[in-house]
Amino acid sequence: MLLKLKFNQQRRVRLAQGLWLLSWTAVMCGAFVFCLGVYLKMELFRRAEVMDDSDIHAVPNILMMVGLASIGTNWIASRICQDSLDESRFPRWRVFMLAWFAVATLLCVLLVAVVMLSYALQGRLEESLKVGLRNGIRFYKDTDVPGRCFQKETIDRLQMEFRCCGNNNFKDWFEVQWVSNRYLDFTSKDVKDRVRSNVDGRYLLDGVPFSCCNPASPRPCLQNQLTDNSAHFNYDYQTEELNLYSRGCREALINYYMELMNSTGPGVLSVILIQMSVIMSLRFLQTSVEGAMALEDPEAESEGFLLEKGVKETFEDVKVKVLTMLKAAQINPEAAAAAEESCGGADAENGGEKTPVKTSTPAS
Amino acid sequence: MAVLKVKFTKTRRDKLAQVLWILNWISVVTGVLLFCLGLFLKVEINKREELMAGRDVQYVPNMLIAVGLLACAINFLGGKICYDCVDTNKFLRWKLIILPYIICTFFFTFCVLVGAVMCYSMHGELEEALNVGLSDALKFYKDTDTPGRCFLKRTVDMLQIHFQCCGNSGYKDWFQIQWISNRYLDMSQKEVVDRLRSNVEGKYLMDGVPFSCCNVNSPRPCIQQQINNNSAHFNYEHQTEELNLWMRGCRQALLEYYTHIMQSIGLTVLIAWLFELSVLTGVRYLQTALENVLRQGDPDSESDGWLLENSLMETARTNLNIIKSLGKNNHIHTANNGDPNIDVPSTSKARYGPDNVPLKEVTESS
Repeated sequence: MLLKLKFNQQRRVRLAQGLWLLSWTAVMCGAFVFCLGVYLKMELFRRAEVMDDSDIHAVPNILMMVGLASIGTNWIASRICQDSLDESRFPRWRVFMLAWFAVATLLCVLLVAVVMLSYALQGRLEESLKVGLRNGIRFYKDTDVPGRCFQKETIDRLQMEFRCCGNNNFKDWFEVQWVSNRYLDFTSKDVKDRVRSNVDGRYLLDGVPFSCCNPASPRPCLQNQLTDNSAHFNYDYQTEELNLYSRGCREALINYYMELMNSTGPGVLSVILIQMSVIMSLRFLQTSVEGAMALEDPEAESEGFLLEKGVKETFEDVKVKVLTMLKAAQINPEAAAAAEESCGGADAENGGEKTPVKTSTPAS
Repeated sequence: MAVLKVKFTKTRRDKLAQVLWILNWISVVTGVLLFCLGLFLKVEINKREELMAGRDVQYVPNMLIAVGLLACAINFLGGKICYDCVDTNKFLRWKLIILPYIICTFFFTFCVLVGAVMCYSMHGELEEALNVGLSDALKFYKDTDTPGRCFLKRTVDMLQIHFQCCGNSGYKDWFQIQWISNRYLDMSQKEVVDRLRSNVEGKYLMDGVPFSCCNVNSPRPCIQQQINNNSAHFNYEHQTEELNLWMRGCRQALLEYYTHIMQSIGLTVLIAWLFELSVLTGVRYLQTALENVLRQGDPDSESDGWLLENSLMETARTNLNIIKSLGKNNHIHTANNGDPNIDVPSTSKARYGPDNVPLKEVTESS
């Protein structure tokens, strides 16, 4: 037996009461996990326009599912322990116990998986942001194209809110034409020269949009001719740090989301611990109450345990059971066919001979 | 003749006490809410205190905090009193306190009403404060090297970005001040010198605005310089262009924001005032009903409750007389309707004989 403990009536009552409180705490924790999932999903949705794919949404989806499932499961646990000390009402839960343990263990495993997944998906998130931001910057000027008219606003708001500029840094804006052709005077020599000097015929300049400006700079923002030191008084492009935001938006967003998920890590771990303790306490309660009922004296002292046999033996038993269940699915058609033949040809003698053999197997 | 007399049976008195207990606790919660709202308003005003100058608008949140705390205390006491009023024996404990308590609550309710009115009247003072504060802030925008003003640029930029506004009344306010510091102006260039000379006070004024005035919703990259010059930009007309910069002035934006907060707070204070008034009326009825019951001697009998024992005029007169007499306690009564216990010998040569009888001269003179 694994972890055998003696339980007298008083200890059983205490265990039931404690478990009732613990399972209601676990219900609250399930609600907390659900709300966490909802919050994460909302945050991811808000920036969905700069993300290319939605693989990272698996994390909040699983959290929401697990939250809801654990609310239901722990509520059932509280009902079970309310009924556990009442002899007439406890037996009806016996059938569900195994299923309950399976579901509860699955929830714990899923929670652990979610924590690991949030670290594993960081790479996918980074890729998705890289592509999404690159597209956003490329389509910044297309405010007249349906489906892309709000890219400019999205990118501007993003850069101002997260204090970042461009994908990796502000130089990303130098490689993209972010001023639309509708606002370029093609009769001017300046514009024509610039467009011609570029292979693809794009109007590139060493300037950035206004949303890259850093308000903490002591000097009014310099947005144009950033690489030209002589264009501005008392300006050195290499040493100027405060003029624009130096961080790239991809880095800023990744930091933000990783911080969010890391801060929820301890919460999820404590939920896992509470769920495990509910499972173990319920197992002890179940075995001790069943032991007392088997002794036919509800006041008697009984033993509670986690597993009836040792871990290895239980594992072997479970394996055998599962295999027989699988085999039973296969044997039945054959057995039915054989039974039909024998019934068609032979009499009750065969049936009589067979039945004692059949009844002996369950007892062994 | 009593004012608004109502008959109370025993059950009605008990019900009244219970309802008042609940109302008192609701008022405690309202008091806590008022306290929190006052604190919130104080924090919001402090956040932008650099932009408010000249007027003191702190009195409104301070008053709200005080009112909230007082409401909690008074209604907590009221709750205890009403809880005990169900039992006439316990009422005796509170008998002496309950009338002063009612008077205090009456004045407090009046204060709450004054508070609600103040919330709505803060508007004018706030506008003045913001006007002066914002024009100063715009003036000192360029002074990022002056201690005490180095963060004003950042404050104004963040304000314009967050509240989606530009300048004091509008973006043209920026044309009238020099917002680029002299340290970043190349004095050797002809254009700069010309511009400085063309201005009477030697300020470098231009028709440009800082980047924080740029409107995010504009379909076109932001035009910040040479705003009034149509030919400086392709396909641009400054009279009809609305989406390029924020059109609203920051004074109006901040005023709307604070007015919105004040209106919600004012509404809450009015609701709290209504609760307080109903609690006051209920406690007064309960007090008079219980006192009449005690006077009648039978705790289960019916009794009358009223707001005032006599009519309003008589009560006012009696109270005025009481107040007058409080002031007169130090004077000696020499008039005819004075206290007969006081001896009034007008010309007293107090040569009383062995019998302590006044001399005949006194009787002759009187």
